[in-house]
Amino acid sequence: MKLRETIFDPIFKNNPIALQILGICSALAVTTKLETVLVMSIAVVLVTGFSSFFVSLIRNYIPSSIRIIAQMIVIASLVILTDQILKAFLYDVAKSMSVYIGLIITNCIVMGRAEGYAMKNGPIMSFFDGVGNGLGYSIVLIFVGVFRELFGSGTLLGFKILPLVADGGWYQPNGMALLSPSAFFLIGFFIWGLRTWKKDQIEQE
Amino acid sequence: MLEHYLSLFLKAVFVENLALAFFLGMCTFLAVSKKVKTSIGLGIAVIVVQSITIPVNNLIYNYLLKEGALAWAGHPDVDLSFLGLISYIGVIAAIVQILEMTLDKYFPALYSALGIFLPLITVNCAILGGSLFMVERDYNFPESVVFGFGSGVGWALAIMALAGIREKMRYSDVPEGLRGLGITFITVGLMALGFLAFSGIQL
Repeated sequence: MKLRETIFDPIFKNNPIALQILGICSALAVTTKLETVLVMSIAVVLVTGFSSFFVSLIRNYIPSSIRIIAQMIVIASLVILTDQILKAFLYDVAKSMSVYIGLIITNCIVMGRAEGYAMKNGPIMSFFDGVGNGLGYSIVLIFVGVFRELFGSGTLLGFKILPLVADGGWYQPNGMALLSPSAFFLIGFFIWGLRTWKKDQIEQE
Repeated sequence: MLEHYLSLFLKAVFVENLALAFFLGMCTFLAVSKKVKTSIGLGIAVIVVQSITIPVNNLIYNYLLKEGALAWAGHPDVDLSFLGLISYIGVIAAIVQILEMTLDKYFPALYSALGIFLPLITVNCAILGGSLFMVERDYNFPESVVFGFGSGVGWALAIMALAGIREKMRYSDVPEGLRGLGITFITVGLMALGFLAFSGIQL
């Protein structure tokens, strides 16, 4: 029961992007194509899960004054691994994501879970908490990515869904969906929808 | 020559604004932009850290990590560039720590003004992102100094502008679900749309 809550709560109830304002940095720039979104999501889920796991394993040996640097080193090593694996097996995708793979290090979700959960809980639970938060991040990214790729280029994962005018179809692509501001609008609307559904997340001013 | 640096600077501030064109440092950008005063503090802290860390990382990359960079030490065929990420973040964390201690000792007024923002900066993606862009675009040392300062200024400008808008927005009637974070996202989207106008400028 507790395990299920740990994994599924961050997806809608306590979403890292929509409620905790964490990890937006790298979230927006990689969302023009669904393919990069999926790669990014998998990378973040794994890095968050394993960094929480390892930080939790060594949590009793880290002096609290240098804990940030210790966590950073765990995270950075995992990100370097991810980076090298992507460069070896998915070189084109890795190239198109340029610096954003490296920026997983400073993705506040990873750091926030290490600091906020893994320092106080056992390794197994921390692992699932990290995975859950990674999934909460992924769901927003996939939402944004689907809209941007579908309306911006009429495709999903590279397959043609809406035939473009340029190829003799009927769909006039919305160029703005490929530009950066559209990602902000989409996340804004995502939050609006989520908070209309779950009223308790509305902010009081 | 001077023209080259000036155009690099303007490009870093406006055309390739780290916050609005590359979405870097968004977490702090959205979380600490409620008041103009605090956002000015954070903006200045980012400028300072950015203009120190990017040149330092540039030196580290060029003289230690790049392929063939260790030629001066007699190892011309060593390529350590895979250690990049961990060294940059280490440098950033260390510099922020040193800066904090120096300011505390010699400029207590400035230290208390920047206060809690300095440690926050270690995990600000704009700082690491700046270093990674510097490596990707292969800037030399003077270019990296200009780029570091410029990108810091651009980020600071963006956060101050956003804070100004958010202060005004307190008087408007926002739909319930959009209140707070939601409307901020849409505001930033509109700002980014404005900054897109700069992207057509050829320098």
